[in-house]
Amino acid sequence: MSDHDHSSADDHREGYDFAHPMPVPMLLTIFAILVFLTIVTVAQASFDLGSIDIAIVMGIATVKAILVALFFMHLLYDKPFNLAIFLSAFVFVGLFVIFTLSDSRLTSKDFIPVDDSVITSPAE
Amino acid sequence: MSTIEAKPAGNDPESAHHQSDAHGDHDHDHPSFLAHHFDTPEQQYDSGKLGIWIFLVTEVLFFSGMFCAYAIFRMLRPEVFEGCSQFLNTKLGAINTGVLLFSSLTMAWAVRCSQTEEYKKLTGMLAATLSCAMIFLGVKAIEYSHKFHMGLMPAGFFSYDPAHPHIEGGPNYLMWLCLPFALFLIGIVVWLAVAFFQGDKFKIAVLKPLTVVALCFFVGVGLGTVLESGSDEGHAGVHDEDGVGEHSDDLASASYLPDEATAGRTEFGVIERLAGDATNSGLKGELDALAAQSEIASGTAVLNDDADVDSTIHAAPRDFLTPSRAGVFFSIYYCMTGVHAIHILAGIGVLIWLLVRSVRNEFNRQYFGPVDYVGLYWHLVDLIWIYLFPLLYLIR
Repeated sequence: MSDHDHSSADDHREGYDFAHPMPVPMLLTIFAILVFLTIVTVAQASFDLGSIDIAIVMGIATVKAILVALFFMHLLYDKPFNLAIFLSAFVFVGLFVIFTLSDSRLTSKDFIPVDDSVITSPAE
Repeated sequence: MSTIEAKPAGNDPESAHHQSDAHGDHDHDHPSFLAHHFDTPEQQYDSGKLGIWIFLVTEVLFFSGMFCAYAIFRMLRPEVFEGCSQFLNTKLGAINTGVLLFSSLTMAWAVRCSQTEEYKKLTGMLAATLSCAMIFLGVKAIEYSHKFHMGLMPAGFFSYDPAHPHIEGGPNYLMWLCLPFALFLIGIVVWLAVAFFQGDKFKIAVLKPLTVVALCFFVGVGLGTVLESGSDEGHAGVHDEDGVGEHSDDLASASYLPDEATAGRTEFGVIERLAGDATNSGLKGELDALAAQSEIASGTAVLNDDADVDSTIHAAPRDFLTPSRAGVFFSIYYCMTGVHAIHILAGIGVLIWLLVRSVRNEFNRQYFGPVDYVGLYWHLVDLIWIYLFPLLYLIR
């Protein structure tokens, strides 16, 4: 080994020692939580919770997504700009979906072409 | 352009490979992994990170189009979703979710290994991620082939018949889906054998994990087969209230009568039988009207249930299993899961590239960007599945 010891010599070089390896216990813990939440999601599907059904399911999915994003995707330790970019994507998705959904509510109820004129569907 | 001094190998004896980090007083050196237009490896890494995050934004928006289509159709026709969701095997979907979550774990671990320079582990982790991806695709192949056999196709091709759920004689879809992966496996094995006889250590080191990866597709197929036969998923929920002609392909639903409406409203169910014939369209309308009346009379229906502006009284639960409506559901299903599967395939390709590079020990604590970026892409693919799974598979 040279006299430049790998482990300590990097510190004085700015821009060279930037690796931030995630500790294995953290990875495993997050994985366990994700699996647990998946089980919860599947389990709650067998209960009929009425109209908040989809809200709960989406809520759990969002918690999982946040865990994956913050830890597996490293956003918690990253430069905040990356987080800002990622969140902005969802801002635009929100705009897109909200406008489109509210518009389609106001147009005709069902724009699916009912081409199965034979028997099956009830008349529109 | 800075002068690139040929780095004497003696200065960095610990680097067996030539992309050593510029230790000590070699400021103007640039390691081979550092591109010219960057000052430091960190700057290079940050730039790449920004680039991949912007790419992920485009991916999110890409999928949001399909999620929007899902939202619109589900908002307009929730009963179609509830009904058709029964055709989706929740167990297989949950297995796939677990497999992808595990692949996310191994991918994040691989990123860690590239940063801590644990080379063999890095290759192992990448191979594990690849194997999980293949298992996912194997389970998907089972799901798809099963649906094809039942005629649950996108709109325009939808031909499910509850009376005869499994279409006799049709191509063996599973075989055709497995064919490319089987060819891949055979190719890898043959190549490995050739490399073995040539004594090419590098190729052997790459192809051995790839063999495992290729085999895992069939592990997935096996897993899917075992689980699929264990549970019967497609056939509940569509009750044959028969009185209806059965043979024609066009008849995609046997229960055009609402469940609550009792048959035998007319004597011997004659009108129901006659209404089954396409030409007696007026009778069908009459039956619908009677059904709607009884619905309202019995109080099981809520008028003006929808918040739609032009809502009319449609108290009778709608028939969801029509070629157009169920067809649209399956169009959305195949589009979303299919495009997701294409992303998995692309991820597999990139991961194989990473695997080859990792065997060459190209990554170190100052150059792990590619592993990190592919990791981000892979986590996004997992994220999308995290949302897809409950939305498609877990509707009630």
